[in-house]
Amino acid sequence: MKFSTPLNNSDIERLKVGDKLLLSGSIYTGRDAAHKRLIELIDNGEELPLNVKGQIIYYAGPAPASPGKVIGSAGPTTSYRMDPYAPKLIALGLKGMIGKGPRSKDVIEAMKKYKAVYFVAVGGAGALISQCIKKVDIVAYEDLGPEAIRCLQVEDFPVIVANDCYGRDLFKEGVEKYRINT
Amino acid sequence: MREINVQKITEVIKRLCMETNYYLGDDVVEALKESLEIEESPTGKEIINQILENSYIARKENVAMCQDTGFTVVFLELGQDVNIIGGNFYEAVNEGVRQGYKEGYLRKSIVSDPLERKNTGDNTPAVIHTKIVPGDKLKIIIAPKGGGSENMSEVKMMAPAQGIQGVEDFVVDKVSRSGGNPCPPVIVGVGIGGTFEKCASLAKHALLRTLGLRNPNPFYADLEKRLLEKINCLGIGPMGLGGRVTALDVFIETFPCHIASLPVAVNLQCHSARHKELVI
Repeated sequence: MKFSTPLNNSDIERLKVGDKLLLSGSIYTGRDAAHKRLIELIDNGEELPLNVKGQIIYYAGPAPASPGKVIGSAGPTTSYRMDPYAPKLIALGLKGMIGKGPRSKDVIEAMKKYKAVYFVAVGGAGALISQCIKKVDIVAYEDLGPEAIRCLQVEDFPVIVANDCYGRDLFKEGVEKYRINT
Repeated sequence: MREINVQKITEVIKRLCMETNYYLGDDVVEALKESLEIEESPTGKEIINQILENSYIARKENVAMCQDTGFTVVFLELGQDVNIIGGNFYEAVNEGVRQGYKEGYLRKSIVSDPLERKNTGDNTPAVIHTKIVPGDKLKIIIAPKGGGSENMSEVKMMAPAQGIQGVEDFVVDKVSRSGGNPCPPVIVGVGIGGTFEKCASLAKHALLRTLGLRNPNPFYADLEKRLLEKINCLGIGPMGLGGRVTALDVFIETFPCHIASLPVAVNLQCHSARHKELVI
């Protein structure tokens, strides 16, 4: 299934856990340090350096580009570290997050309430994913180096829906399905 | 005394930093290929295939297989008949890391202070473990360690009465609780015995073993096999989305310990299991 950003509520409602998508369009990178700054701005009632409405944040801190490339290795980082921050961004209209590993109850609730999804990309597949990234622009926090917020133009970025807006969780369902009781 | 110039050490470290991050070991590639036969989950199989394809791209294009090019962990086995000349030994190691991460386009992932959190900009300092051994050689092992799997590691000071059952339960439970976070399929390094810090160091060192090789002590070789079997019954699977292949291998290292103690450490390693060595 192919999907393009930005996403609206009817896009989100069509997505179910286990769906495999090829994403195209603009997505934004952001990880620990950038999230901390964004939430401080929200808490102080200040404007964010990007409008998150309808957008996807990719939890990633890419490696530098070698000559002739737009970006270095660029796989996902572990998402639970962004769990304390994510609900506030989802409430502002963020529609998707891409990362690896499961999410907290609060994030899953926020995805249900405001209609958003969580995608998993393959952790450690940074060289492969970098080939889907066609253009990179720094949007904010350049001083954070790999943790700066970047806008990536992606083409056919392979992701799997791990949490949909109906409260389902592929991590729980998948493990239950394949667990063997010893 | 055999003399080794620090310049040589810097050169070797620089090269190994790049090579470990570009080239996934043949043992890991083989284990991943074999795991495709065991994996029943279609999503799990697809993930393993992406991991394999990723390793081929990284190797062909000389790019880091994972953007998290790690904390540079350096194991040095220094022969007691070696005289290091031309400068400061550890500065030479860090200079190799600095040059390797810059010229290899590897990510700089180290902050100078754990609470102030300002990036050092060159991935230094390395974590250096030095062992003095007989002889006149210097063995250098580079093992970049990613943050995702390192965060899922733990040391537990158990009571001797908890015994082997306690150890097994702790290791399996640790992998279970870690779920998809450490990038499974993982490699599980287990340290048993020693003191608090020695135990953690055993678990880290265990991760340097070639996949498929067993502990030379048959008792611990059996325990490794049993733990691997139990872990692969957990259902976590590739990236934690469900499946049969949660771990590729389990390695145990042990050390004598105090009459009051049974320390156990689990150091998890993601599938980007990177380590390379060279003897000067």
